Amino acid sequence: MHELGIVFHMIDTLEEVGRANELTSITKVTLNLGEVSGVLPDYLLDCWRWAADRTDLLAGAQLEVVQIDAVTVCNACGRTYGTIEHGKVCPHCGSPDTVLLRGNEAEIDTIEGW
Amino acid sequence: MDRIKVIEVKEDVLANNDRAAQALRDRLHDQGTMLVNLMSSPGSGKTTLLAATLDALRDELAIGVMEADVDSDVDAYTVQRHGAKAVQLHTGGMCHLDAAMTEQGLRELGIEGLDLVFLENVGNLICPAEFDTGAARKVMILSTPEGHDKPLKYPLMFEVSDLVIVSKMDVAQHFDFSLGELEKNVRLRNPNATILPVSAKTGEGMDAWYEWLRREVRQWKA
Repeated sequence: MHELGIVFHMIDTLEEVGRANELTSITKVTLNLGEVSGVLPDYLLDCWRWAADRTDLLAGAQLEVVQIDAVTVCNACGRTYGTIEHGKVCPHCGSPDTVLLRGNEAEIDTIEGW
Repeated sequence: MDRIKVIEVKEDVLANNDRAAQALRDRLHDQGTMLVNLMSSPGSGKTTLLAATLDALRDELAIGVMEADVDSDVDAYTVQRHGAKAVQLHTGGMCHLDAAMTEQGLRELGIEGLDLVFLENVGNLICPAEFDTGAARKVMILSTPEGHDKPLKYPLMFEVSDLVIVSKMDVAQHFDFSLGELEKNVRLRNPNATILPVSAKTGEGMDAWYEWLRREVRQWKA
């Protein structure tokens, strides 16, 4: 359940952004969430609703989660593959020398407010 | 109502924690106190290892301990009996510590004159790996009964750790555990981690751990 901790940190960041932009209310937050970020969207949304509604700035704000597919690149053969399906070892050449290209992010993308 | 504005934020959800952690790390560096974030599953032998470490090093290093738990203070009493300055932190149901909670704990502990502070994180292999506490070094303890496939199941924990201590080596033979397989699985995720097999009970490998601590404290203060 690190989702609740993540939501608290998100709210801190959003309150800073809100102050800097002189917003009275934030109505929507878009979050890019990688498939292997370790953050579960359902838990995150539950925690978000609970915590956001307890603030003035974010009460009622919608959290939209955009899933980013996880892709790994192989340093040995240079090809890419789906991380979820194949994990750490390259399915093309069998090398374990691979690096996650994307899919690990948990990033606030944009907010809407007034 | 004013017109709706769309603002591009493009910031990691934990960016503010990461900034707070880096600021804390810089301050601890200036003060010459090395903070070690000790992470593991519940029951891996963290407190037993700490008690042995305090017995071995308390005459040469001034050591403090912060025990983080969801509740209770049994661990803080145990390490206090072994001569460390200790405080118990309660996370209030949270599964990990972040930089702000760590900083609060350090204030409560009082780190003036301390060379080394252990932060015994909440027993959990997932969430503590995600949150930077401001520690100088991350150490994870894996006990042999947990099995050698843990790095495959909890990759992030092994990726972020500087040192992997393999505890309870004295009972390894009774479990389906191979040190060679474990090393292979850790290397897959983290080629740079140091791996130290130990038993706090028999003393096996403990000197290498103490030597690691002495060296890291020296480097931190240099």
